[in-house]
Amino acid sequence: MTKTINLTLKVWRQKNGNVKGRMETYEARGISTDMSFLEMIDVVNEGLILKGEDPIAFDHDCREGICGMCGAVVNGRPHGPEKGTTLCQLHMRHFDDGDEVVVEPWRSRAFKVIKDLVVDRSAFDSIIQAGGYISVNTGGAQDANAIPVPQNVAEKAMDAAECIGCGACVAACPNASAMLFVSAKVSQLALLPQGRPEAAGRVKAMVSKMDDMGFGHCGNERECEAECPKNISIVNIARMNREFIKASLK
Amino acid sequence: MKLDSKIPDGPIAEKWDRHKFDLKLVNPANKRKYTVIVVGTGLAGASASASLAELGYNVKTFCIQDSPRRAHSIAAQGGINAAKNYQNDGDSVFRLFYDTVKGGDFRAREANVYRLAQISNNIIDQCVAQGVPFAREYGGLLANRSFGGAQVSRTFYARGQTGQQLLLGAYGALSRQVAAKKVTLFARRDMLELVLVDGKAKGIITRNLVTGDIEKHAGDAVILATGGYGNVFFLSTNAMACNVTAAMRAYKKGACFANPCFTQIHPTCIPVHGDYQSKLTLMSESLRNDGRVWVPKTIGDKRKPADIPDSERNYFLEEKYPSFGNLVPRDVASRNAKEQCDKGFGVGETGYAVYLDFKDAIARDGEDVIRKKYGNLFTMYEKITAEDPYKSPMMIYPASHYTMGGLWVDYNLMSTINGLFVLGEANFSDHGANRLGASALMQGLADGYFIIPYTLGAYLAKEKPGTVNTDHDAFTEASSDVVTTLDKLLSIKGKRTCDDIHRELGKILWDYCGMSRNEEGLEKAKTLVKNLKKEFWTNVTVPGTAAGMNQTLERAGRVAEFLDFSLMLLEDARTRRESCGGHFNDAFQTDENEALRDDEHFSHVAAWEYNGEDREPILHKEPLVFEHVTLSQRSYK
Ligand SMILES: Cc1cc2nc3c(=O)[nH]c(=O)nc-3n(C[C@H](O)[C@H](O)[C@H](O)COP(=O)(O)OP(=O)(O)OC[C@H]3O[C@@H](n4cnc5c(N)ncnc54)[C@H](O)[C@@H]3O)c2cc1C
Ligand code: FES
Repeated sequence: MTKTINLTLKVWRQKNGNVKGRMETYEARGISTDMSFLEMIDVVNEGLILKGEDPIAFDHDCREGICGMCGAVVNGRPHGPEKGTTLCQLHMRHFDDGDEVVVEPWRSRAFKVIKDLVVDRSAFDSIIQAGGYISVNTGGAQDANAIPVPQNVAEKAMDAAECIGCGACVAACPNASAMLFVSAKVSQLALLPQGRPEAAGRVKAMVSKMDDMGFGHCGNERECEAECPKNISIVNIARMNREFIKASLK
Repeated sequence: MKLDSKIPDGPIAEKWDRHKFDLKLVNPANKRKYTVIVVGTGLAGASASASLAELGYNVKTFCIQDSPRRAHSIAAQGGINAAKNYQNDGDSVFRLFYDTVKGGDFRAREANVYRLAQISNNIIDQCVAQGVPFAREYGGLLANRSFGGAQVSRTFYARGQTGQQLLLGAYGALSRQVAAKKVTLFARRDMLELVLVDGKAKGIITRNLVTGDIEKHAGDAVILATGGYGNVFFLSTNAMACNVTAAMRAYKKGACFANPCFTQIHPTCIPVHGDYQSKLTLMSESLRNDGRVWVPKTIGDKRKPADIPDSERNYFLEEKYPSFGNLVPRDVASRNAKEQCDKGFGVGETGYAVYLDFKDAIARDGEDVIRKKYGNLFTMYEKITAEDPYKSPMMIYPASHYTMGGLWVDYNLMSTINGLFVLGEANFSDHGANRLGASALMQGLADGYFIIPYTLGAYLAKEKPGTVNTDHDAFTEASSDVVTTLDKLLSIKGKRTCDDIHRELGKILWDYCGMSRNEEGLEKAKTLVKNLKKEFWTNVTVPGTAAGMNQTLERAGRVAEFLDFSLMLLEDARTRRESCGGHFNDAFQTDENEALRDDEHFSHVAAWEYNGEDREPILHKEPLVFEHVTLSQRSYK
């Protein structure tokens, strides 16, 4: 049933990357429980705009849980309390009237705050640029059915490929490691026959880039898996480690 | 202005091959002397950027989001068509061509569509080579499904995330070229102006969305792959940043805009449920393969759906269209849902919803099979509505989804501005008055991977590289225009937010220029939009400054362009005095309430030329000639 609730928000406000930030308090009144979390922030922002104040900056685009653009730490948890859910798909029915809700940006050495809840995740792009692809030019590919891929392998590759690159895994990890993100791409491509020729070079290049970008090491805490909105499994990390060892022995 | 579609001579099946041979080539050693600007990193922009860079051109690629991987294409769910005929069910290039022309209600160019159908097969090959994890059969070969109005199984898919997987493939190819230093990436940029030098597109002006800096970029050609304008309706299935700004800037610099009134309203979306709503969520059309659409036979029947027996349900699509049933094209399905709700049969709190029921499919195939096919969609539905579609039917209602109209392009994908090319949803080319499901992804990738690499070369072969740099007066002028507009938006300091005005605009368009239209309503809407435009420019409020990140300023700029664009859209709808595909004018319908075309007077592309601020645009017509399909009343009975 739809109802309305009132919340107190404590939100991280930071004008830009060069100045210090601080928590600010806002009242969110008359929030329909059918709203998404981002729609709730929209409502607060509309109020701020009408008062001539600077609205809370946050990243978002698809609002369907697929683009990976949204994300904030809500009450200590990346993307909030619902398992397997991005912030844009988190609905206010998971909150109670009178709740205090603390909203902060992803925190990590590799993700600098740009403004308020907006962070710079370009380090993820750099990691993909280091080798997160199969090197084929346009044109000249053979018939798609010339390379059969067993269904279970294709499914596993797809499980890994579901990563949306939001960065929640990094925000969740005590070491701010990007292992889950990197291993998802490494796994997808290592599982598929098309990806095998470059598998060794790929894993080495991507892991080395990850280290360069200032991400921490994996401490097997499994927080990443627990908070991943797409339920990407840490099996991928194990697979990446195997790929890495194989590659190092070569 | 004369529109020259540059359709090559010769039999339709040979046009593209012959044309490719006739097109001039740029010498490999010279390619690196050229710089190409690509705006957009969706399927069209990412695939174009990667392919052009592979050929040796220097590419500068721009997008609004923080990473090219997040372009709106990522959200496409259902799949991508190709004429592979892997299922041996009678598909062919000709059939895909035919279906697409017919599905578009005979308002697309035959030659373009034929080429699209031919290229469709290469796309699948290319994507598989890139490692796109398409669904497979047990034997390891690719799986297909039938989709939206097709009677063959030609749709390739990756669970319910086909767009995501295709885009990540293209993003991988793009990333590889970034690493090779052939592509320079400019993320978090908003293109706010197109720069012409001697009538040719030579650059763009962008706003850096992090620093607020106004930046000038010069190149030898400009490619817009900036997506569709579905957000003109405010509520749509499009991502929040989808906009018409880049296309409008090009239009105001002389690029004709074609068929803006051809907008697609998708039948299966989660219904609107509150004023605060920021967007609508699509439930993939693939659901109609197994879901049955119905409403109660009695007006105001408030029983739970499970308590309504079959005999008291109206499966209106199956009734009315026995051969296509629930799989009729989108425009037909949407209009019928609206008709039922307008008559009072709608369900849900607002009465503007119909049921999409999986009960029979679950009974037939088991819940596991259904879960495997649609699991992520069912989960998404449950997250949003808190209702479990395995147990009770989904409620759906049509929503703005896709726009067939776009910048006019010739067969080479060049607009009426020399050196300005337009790809993907941003152009108007292949879908006529209605797009078939799983054809947008196909078109975006066809444009980017397989067409522009040839046709751009032919243009550049005649251009001297690097003739213009950003010191040229045209850049100074364009960037000062941009600054003036931004300052104006910031200075109004009125009492309404830009979202509030955008919402009002969306409502006007939805009410008067949505699923059905009529003369009187369109006239009224034009007046309302003109007034709203005045209201915007005198009463909007945008806090902050143009320095640094200012998301309200970004949105205000987009709403300003949507307002101007709406007037053109309404005028296009008004002057197209027929019904076809997504454009349904109440005055033109068959006895059975189907769209009634007027081929004698309207078998043309309507291309609008900008004629100055607040003046009616000038209409140009490109006649459409059909030699390979016979024009017929579409019938899905
Ligand atoms: C929910 C949903 C599901 C869909 N499912 C399917 C499907 O199953 N099958 C199918 O075939 N089609 C589907 N479609 C349609 C299809 O996804 C789109 O038509 C297609 O992806 C558009 O691709 P594009 O490359 O043209 O543009 P987009 O993917 O929209 O990309 C536009 C790019 O341009 C950039 N841009 C825009 N304006 C500017 C500017 N001013 N400055 C700088 N950059 C700018 C954006 O940042 C972005 O990178 C679906 C659409 C929706 C909404
Ligand atoms: S906004 Fe796209 S995942 Fe949340």
